[in-house]
Amino acid sequence: MPRVALPDRAGRFGAPLGIGVAVIYMSIIVLIPFAALIQGSFDNGLDGFWTTITNERALTSLKLTVGVSLVVVAINAVMGTVIAWVLVRDRFPGKAVVNALIDLPFALPTIVAGVTLLAIYGPGSPVGVNLAFTRAGVCVALLLVTLPFVVRAVQPVLIEMDQEMEEAAASLGATPLVTFRRIILPNLVPAILGGVGLAFARALGEFGSLVLIAGTLDTKVSSLYIIELIEGDKPGSAAAISVTLLAISLASLLLLSAAERWGSRHAR
Amino acid sequence: MPADPPAVSRASRVGLRTVALVYLFVLLMAPLGLVFYRAFENGFGPFWEAVTTDAALNALKLTIIITVIAVPLNAVFGVMAALILVRRRVPARPLVSALIDLPLALSPVVVGLCIILVWGPDDWLGRFASDAGIQVIFALPGMVLATVFVCLPFVVREVVPVLREVGTEQEEAATTLGATGPQTFWRITLPAIRWGVIYGVVLTTARALGEYGAVAVVSSRVSGQSETLTLFVKQQYDQLGDEAQIGAYGASVVLLVLAISVVLLMNLLNRTGGGSHGDHR
Repeated sequence: MPRVALPDRAGRFGAPLGIGVAVIYMSIIVLIPFAALIQGSFDNGLDGFWTTITNERALTSLKLTVGVSLVVVAINAVMGTVIAWVLVRDRFPGKAVVNALIDLPFALPTIVAGVTLLAIYGPGSPVGVNLAFTRAGVCVALLLVTLPFVVRAVQPVLIEMDQEMEEAAASLGATPLVTFRRIILPNLVPAILGGVGLAFARALGEFGSLVLIAGTLDTKVSSLYIIELIEGDKPGSAAAISVTLLAISLASLLLLSAAERWGSRHAR
Repeated sequence: MPADPPAVSRASRVGLRTVALVYLFVLLMAPLGLVFYRAFENGFGPFWEAVTTDAALNALKLTIIITVIAVPLNAVFGVMAALILVRRRVPARPLVSALIDLPLALSPVVVGLCIILVWGPDDWLGRFASDAGIQVIFALPGMVLATVFVCLPFVVREVVPVLREVGTEQEEAATTLGATGPQTFWRITLPAIRWGVIYGVVLTTARALGEYGAVAVVSSRVSGQSETLTLFVKQQYDQLGDEAQIGAYGASVVLLVLAISVVLLMNLLNRTGGGSHGDHR
């Protein structure tokens, strides 16, 4: 629905004083610290920035971070869609509880997620699986914290989606697989991509759930490498890696929203 | 809901259901169940002792102090920012929106680093604070600033869509009838957006209670002094010995129960508030 920009009358509480306070608050809390981060990353000039992020350990950590995040979102895309489908189109006792449980990773403190996973898949595991300090462990932790993104993106679309189309396809002799590929999936792709983008951004920066599970050389993702640099009193280098990580995250979000737009233009 | 989804055979429906439930069980339910089991393995007594040690109680106190400061600040800012974004002509609105969402795109560790870079005793804002004799980094103010930073977007994001949806007719009517700005706000606007505000506050509270990375960077991590509950969990987990293990699992269970309450509350609010909140990020 179109919203016309209002004259001052109705929105008087957004008066200049309010705008001023909001701008100052926003600046002190977010903008100035963020500017300091950007500046800090160029402490040693452009060259310094480049040397820092192309240093072998930095590159290893960035590659690892992007790699595990890609694996994690690929699994999320499939499992998230399956879970969303089951929650919308299936019926079984306890469904409401399962549905509510999906949100838990959003509310769960990340360090608790780490402790939780290590309790069962760590040293002294009752099921005999020890994923501590392995890349598989990193993936499992990331899968847990990013679980809700795809599910919650796909679910509303499935609810809105007309079941008649699926039924028509089925009555015309389409197998379930064909119905899924030709009817359901094309309608879900934008939502899946949206969820995947958010999950990817989250996975790139994740720290709390990994701090107990990762940390050895071949599991040191970028957030852990940044902490190492901060604790080694190299805030400038830490800032350079941080800015690179943010750039990767923003670039992937832009790429995905472009793909989403392209997809929705060509879907019809 | 139709009686039976006919497009998919019963077998594949049960198959998909099994896959989804097994996945959720392995990833979520079994690990959570085991933490509860570990915390209460030796009965309620040891659990209670572990979560009522001085260090644990101090951690809980610090977490509550930080939350009690961060949540109201962000609630007030969130409502103000949403009103400005929706009801005012804002130059470069998409950019402003993106900047408000920035904390969601940053790693918590990076948020902590931002605070260090700007509030260090010789840095941009830290200079003024240290002139005034206030230590920010490795002290309570830094931990509060980190938490406020991380939680900034939640209320704004929840209130903006609600504010768009309620429109301005009622506010205009109130103004026409002679209501002052504050009267219109308290009597018309705030009641109309209350569910959005409450929902945002719940999300903010959950994040403030559970934040680890950003706070870990700016805390001096002295047990019993500058440890929040999440830092306490980490510190206990790193220690060897059964007592520390119970401490880690016990504090985890406390945070877990809080998280579960938040999820239940969110579900309740979704039902009461008309379910307009599709995505809570």
